[in-house]
Amino acid sequence: MLTKTWFEIGRYWKFMKGLFVKPEKFIVYYRQVMHELVSIGVGALGIVALTSVFMGAVITLQSAYNLVNPMVPLYAVGIVARDSIILEFSPTIIMLVLAGKIGSSIASEIGTMRVTEQIDALEIMGINSSGYLTLPKIVAGLLICPFVVIISIFLGIIGGWVAGDMSGIVPSADYIRGIQDQFLPFNIVFALIKTLVFAYIITSVSAYHGFHTDGGALEVGQSSTKAVVYSSIFILIFDYILTQLILA
Amino acid sequence: MIKVDHIYKTFGEKTVLDDVSCTFETGKVNLIIGQSGMGKTVLMKCTVGLFEVDKGAVYFDGRNFSEMNFKERKPIRQEIGMVFQGGALFDSLTVEQNVMFPLNMFTHMTQEEKLDRVNFCLQRVNLVNANKLFPSEISGGMKKRVAIARAISMNPKYLFCDEPNSGLDPKTSIVIDNLIMELTEEFGTTTVVNTHDMNSLTEMGEKIVFIYKGKNYWEGTFEELEMSDNPELIDFVYASKIMKRMRKH
Repeated sequence: MLTKTWFEIGRYWKFMKGLFVKPEKFIVYYRQVMHELVSIGVGALGIVALTSVFMGAVITLQSAYNLVNPMVPLYAVGIVARDSIILEFSPTIIMLVLAGKIGSSIASEIGTMRVTEQIDALEIMGINSSGYLTLPKIVAGLLICPFVVIISIFLGIIGGWVAGDMSGIVPSADYIRGIQDQFLPFNIVFALIKTLVFAYIITSVSAYHGFHTDGGALEVGQSSTKAVVYSSIFILIFDYILTQLILA
Repeated sequence: MIKVDHIYKTFGEKTVLDDVSCTFETGKVNLIIGQSGMGKTVLMKCTVGLFEVDKGAVYFDGRNFSEMNFKERKPIRQEIGMVFQGGALFDSLTVEQNVMFPLNMFTHMTQEEKLDRVNFCLQRVNLVNANKLFPSEISGGMKKRVAIARAISMNPKYLFCDEPNSGLDPKTSIVIDNLIMELTEEFGTTTVVNTHDMNSLTEMGEKIVFIYKGKNYWEGTFEELEMSDNPELIDFVYASKIMKRMRKH
């Protein structure tokens, strides 16, 4: 078990080292990055929007439910909702959702290319297959995920506002005062740092599992599952590490 | 000429290639024949560097390919065209984009020049009006032809075909065999074809390497094969009733 873990870690770093070599043709890689930006970013917007709005709504209602105390002003619900969404829910939960959507897609795409010898075809042509297939995905992930998370934060806060106002639990004026009160811009920076780390984890771990698929259709499915599971685990571990390092 | 010099390849405990030596001659169709699981594909993949050999060496016109690193191999790799068993066409690209792919990566041709080259290659494999189709929209035989067109797009010196007829009907198989022979003659390539199809053997076998249990069991021309009394080779070549009848006559 321990040997296998070390083997996987070693193989992952070897795989990563293979990515950062000079591209065969920069323009081809640039086009790939543009393609991946659409695939990773625009393709995920629907699920991100839906998840964010309902997440914001639930956080607001639950915060209001837990803060039933005459000593606590109602606008505190806005503060709690805003900080929860910025610090944790948007960067972490949304990236976990993306790990499921993007991670499985990357692993199954590269895995299928492996089992149908498309990666061998790249190698035969003299192309650095790991770089060609993975680097544009990592770059695209790092470029687009911060925007996705910013949109998620915005929609989450809107969702909380609508839910609080429509249910009559948190009046609009209180909520808006809450989301403006004691706002720390650094929280956004922290959220973006986490997003970049998680985007790198999702794209690289998923590509690694897809690239090392061995077998047929069954193994492609297994790689896809592993990609999601390991990406999610690493996201949670690094969430703790980053919070400890930066906020504690 | 490609020279395979005493190569060994093992996977875990299993020895797949055991001291295999052979030569693939320039301007000829060189066949690797043998039963499934005897090491034909591994021999081909070791030759082109998709698998690293455990021992021994592969020489491309005197250049020791096995000793080179990834960067040093690049110029030789660009002289290699390979047709994979399933075609290995890129699913997300059209037929035209598949054939254009190596040109995009390694040449500085204009878009017009690249299109001309793609159309030439597609016409050469008798594939017209398929430029905008995706691999999922074409038949198995067409996929093989696109794969051949992609393999010849960079004017390769060495052409490798891994079971080019697998999954094809006998008539389409002959079309593919003839195409490989014509291209070999036309471009003077060193062509290596991996097959267990006896029709291919009779159609295009100029130089034959018989692999049996991971060893180079027999090597020679088609005429020599007809005269051979090697029991394993005879057992393999004349396994079907039709071939047995042919031998009697």
